[in-house]
Amino acid sequence: MAYSEKVLEHFKHPKNVGTLNKDDKNVGTGLVGAPECGDVMRLQIQVDDATGKITDAKFKTFGCGSAIASSSLATEWLKGKSVDEALAIDNMDIVEELALPPVKIHCSVLAEDAIKSAIKDYKDKQVNV
Amino acid sequence: MASQKLIYLDNNATTPCDPRVVEKMVPFFYDVPGNAASRSHPFGWQAEEAVDYAREQVANLIDVDPREIIFTSGATEADNLAIKGVYEMYARKGNHIITLKTEHSAVLDSCRKIEKLGGQVTYLDVERDGRVDLAKLEAAITEKTILISVMWANNETGVIQPMKEIGKICEKHGVLFMSDATQAVGKIPVDPKATGVHLMAFTAHKMYGPKGVGALFVNRKNPRVKVTAQMDGGGHERGMRSGTLNVPGIVGFGKAAELCGKEMEAEAKRLSALRDKLENAFKSQVEEVYVNGSVDHRMPHVANISFKHVEGEGLMMTFNQNIAVSSGSACTSASLEPSYVLIALGLGDDLAHSSLRFSLGRFTTDEEIDMTIGLISKGVQHMRDLSPIWEMYKDGVDLEAVEWSEH
Repeated sequence: MAYSEKVLEHFKHPKNVGTLNKDDKNVGTGLVGAPECGDVMRLQIQVDDATGKITDAKFKTFGCGSAIASSSLATEWLKGKSVDEALAIDNMDIVEELALPPVKIHCSVLAEDAIKSAIKDYKDKQVNV
Repeated sequence: MASQKLIYLDNNATTPCDPRVVEKMVPFFYDVPGNAASRSHPFGWQAEEAVDYAREQVANLIDVDPREIIFTSGATEADNLAIKGVYEMYARKGNHIITLKTEHSAVLDSCRKIEKLGGQVTYLDVERDGRVDLAKLEAAITEKTILISVMWANNETGVIQPMKEIGKICEKHGVLFMSDATQAVGKIPVDPKATGVHLMAFTAHKMYGPKGVGALFVNRKNPRVKVTAQMDGGGHERGMRSGTLNVPGIVGFGKAAELCGKEMEAEAKRLSALRDKLENAFKSQVEEVYVNGSVDHRMPHVANISFKHVEGEGLMMTFNQNIAVSSGSACTSASLEPSYVLIALGLGDDLAHSSLRFSLGRFTTDEEIDMTIGLISKGVQHMRDLSPIWEMYKDGVDLEAVEWSEH
C-alpha cells in the first residue's frame, strides 16, 4: 500500500513525541487500543488553568504508519485549542487531512478516542481535587 | 522509489528469474511458437520436444519419472488439483482429509471447499516449534481417511515438517500423502519417492523460474495414484490437466530446476551462513528479539523474527525504501488479523504483530545483509522511541496486568 506524503512526513518526523507527567493535575492522559490489536496510542494534554487552553500535547504510539501519523497530527491540532474545541475534533478530519485509505480509518478513530480519553482524564482530575 | 537499489529479502514471496533461465525461454516466444499438442508439423514437434526435455529436468530435480510430472499454472492450481482431484477420485474409499492449521491458503481453502461438498477435514494444531506431533497426526486417522496433506516447509517460518516419519504413518495406514513443497523444492533435497509422498505441488517462480508455471507430481506405481481433472478440455497432461501447455514457461521451469539441482548444496550453505549472521546480529545488538519456529528444522534461507513492542508494518515503513521483507502484522493485510501461522505456533497476537520474515535468495549478498542489520536495528530503535508499550516495559509495568481498551 502506498502512503500519502503527509503520512510519510509525520511518520519520519513525528511531532510532539514524548511523555508529560501523568500525575500533574493539569495533565490529562488517554491510553487507548491494545497490543493484541496491533495499535496502542497514548496521548497527553497539558491545560493552562487560567486560559483553559491546551498548552502542550505529547504522544507515543505503537502501531503502523497511519496510526503514528494520526496521533502526531492530533497533537499538532490540539495545541492552542480550548478543551471544548478539542472535543470537536472528528476522526474524519484526520482521514481527510492524511488521505487515509478505508483500511486505515480505524487509526483515525483511535486518535479521536485518545483525544476524548485524555480530556476525560483531565476533567476528572479537576473534579476530584 | 529511492534511487538506491532495493535490497530484496522477500524470496519466499517470489524469486527473480535467473538470467540463464530467461535466455532459454526467449526463443519459445517467437522462433519456436508451436503448440506442443500439434502433432502434424515441425512447429508442434519442436515445442513438444522442448516440453519433454523440461519435464525431464524437473523430474530429475526431485528424482521421479518424467511421466509423473503434470504441468500446471502454479502451485495453487497443483494444490487444488491434488486435494479436490483425490477427493473426487477416491470418494468410494472415504471422505476424510487431514491437514495442518499452518498450511498455505491454497490447501486450506481447497479443504474448506471439500467440507462444503460434504467431506470431513481435520485441521491439526502444530507444536510451539511449528512442527506437527506425529502421535496426534496418527491418532487423527480414521477408516474414512483418504489423504494427509502436509507442507514440506512453511512459507512464513521456513519450518520443515518430519516428512519421512509422516510418510511411514501414511504407508502403515494405507493413506495417500500429499505435500505442498513450494518453498522446499530447489532449495533443499526433496525426494518424494524416498519420503513416501504420493502427490507434491511446487512452482517455478520460487526457484528462479518464471511465474505462471508449476507442477504436480503424481506417483505412478506402488501405489498408482490418480486424480480427477479439475480443468476440462483437450485432455492434456495425461488427462489430468487440460489446457495448452505454457511452452516458454515450462522451458524456463526446466532450466531453473537444472540450475537448482547443480547449485543447491553450495547455495544452501552460503545462505544459511548469511541468515545466521543476520539473526545473530539482531540477537546481540537489539533487545527483546525472538526467533519464531524451529531453528533445528528450518529452511537455510529463512528467518522469522519478532521485535517485541514494535508493530511490524510501522517498522517496515522505517526501511522499506531500501529493504523488501514481509510481516506477520495484521496491518499488511486487509483482514486486520495477524498471521494465522504464527498464531498457530502459540505466539501471542502482540508478538505476531511484531514479526518480520526475511527470506534470502540466490542474489543476496553479504554487503546487503550488513546494510539490513544496520537499517533495521535503527528502525527498531525509532519505533521503540515512539512506543508507549516499550516505555511501560522499560519502566517495569506489568503489561499483562494493564486493562487495554480493545477496539
